[in-house]
Amino acid sequence: MGDLRSLTHGAGGSSFTELLRQQAPHLLPGAALGESAVAGAPELPHGTTIVALTCADGVVMAGDRRATMGNVIASRDMEKVYAADDYSVVGIAGTAGIAVELVRLLQVELEHYEKIEGTLLSLEGKANRLSAMIRGNLGNAFRGLSVLPVLAGYDLTARQGRVFSYDLAGGCYEEAAHHSIGSGAFFARGALKKLWRPALAPEDAVRVAVEALYDAADDDSATGGPDLGRQIWPTCAVVTADCTRFVPAPDLERIVTDLVAARRDNPGGAR
Amino acid sequence: MTIPMYVSPEQFMKDRADYARKGIARGRSVVVLSCREGILFVAENPSSSLHKVSEIYDRIGFAAVGKYTEFEHLRVAGIRYADLRGYSYDRSDVTARALANAYAQTLGQVFTTESKPYEVEITVAQVGPDPAADQLYRLTYDGSVSDEPGLVAMGGAAEGVAAALADGFDPTAPLDVALRRAVAGLARAGGRELGAADLEVALLDRARPRRAFRRIPGPEVETHLAAADGSGTTPTDQEG
Repeated sequence: MGDLRSLTHGAGGSSFTELLRQQAPHLLPGAALGESAVAGAPELPHGTTIVALTCADGVVMAGDRRATMGNVIASRDMEKVYAADDYSVVGIAGTAGIAVELVRLLQVELEHYEKIEGTLLSLEGKANRLSAMIRGNLGNAFRGLSVLPVLAGYDLTARQGRVFSYDLAGGCYEEAAHHSIGSGAFFARGALKKLWRPALAPEDAVRVAVEALYDAADDDSATGGPDLGRQIWPTCAVVTADCTRFVPAPDLERIVTDLVAARRDNPGGAR
Repeated sequence: MTIPMYVSPEQFMKDRADYARKGIARGRSVVVLSCREGILFVAENPSSSLHKVSEIYDRIGFAAVGKYTEFEHLRVAGIRYADLRGYSYDRSDVTARALANAYAQTLGQVFTTESKPYEVEITVAQVGPDPAADQLYRLTYDGSVSDEPGLVAMGGAAEGVAAALADGFDPTAPLDVALRRAVAGLARAGGRELGAADLEVALLDRARPRRAFRRIPGPEVETHLAAADGSGTTPTDQEG
């Protein structure tokens, strides 16, 4: 890459993914698996439950920390919620290796666009770029190496938080209020349905997200519950008009401790 | 039989260099300098959408003078180079030195092999934890690269600006002092008054955790410039 002229011309425009496809296609997420990957998935770590919900000032996304490989816990402190940029977050469920690569590519993709164009992509633009990346992984998905993310962000034009879900073919769907993905999603969704209210204050939304994860962990063995012994808390991100910020550990500890105490002898969690 | 025209290599290079220099001298100047808060970029640039100063990567910024389309090509290539490298290896493996070398090779190739040289001069700067660790690389149209200690002036009146600023230059001066000095230097060499609306100002901020580059908006520039009037000592006064 001594001479930059190969990079000054040619297609790609402001898309980093297109540039990567031209210059180093082997670095695309999951590309190294090639056609030789056999049908029937090998055992690889999987990320599990993520919840996302809108709140008064934007959106909240939270994820448990467990990665499983079959019946084995592969990791107790895996991060599954990432800042995509200053105004959006992405959560991942599915084959961890490919999902993490996908997030890295999305982060560079958004930053690359911002630097070259001198302006941010719209939230729909970000959602559509992620769509294309999932579509690119369709071949791997059929071999059992699927990745299903959820994207949430603050829409600077509409001045509100929005949540986008995906299917394996890259279909992108906007969710009205809340959404959950991963193996514990059924249980988390039930909890969200009962606990979510319009225009929740961000701190209340964080509490609801943690409670939904608690319910998911209660019934899904692949979702990690609160680990008070090891002091491992769910990852929790809040996106507002100002920025994307992660809830600090002491705050999460307080929320989790209160929640566990409230649920003692009261598995329904009624308050 | 006609005798083929002979031009000596010296003459050939000299003509190209003269051509590029003339093109660059028509443009307005840009100053890049270290200060306490980071590396400051100050460009005389009345356009608010066509930038002369840009973010390349986490700790790396870019400034250019000359032909817009040509340095825009180089800017985009630099961002692509940095993002590809950072994605392939690690973010910490993207350095201003390697980028400056890539730019130098490209400019050198264009200078000797293309039908005309690029009429540009660029600076690649990487902010460090303190001013002594800042790296500023200045690249000229022929691909020569030099490592400058804390201060670069480029463009039409570059020599005048550099001379005005080099006298008593302090890389640890606070941001507002450095900005006022830079603007005064640009104004004096250009022979015109400069307000916030004529300037493009950005900072590679030492204190920011990852992406250090931030544009300083007009009102904030105005505040920094106005601070001098209150204290009664403009940089011009200090220099007598």
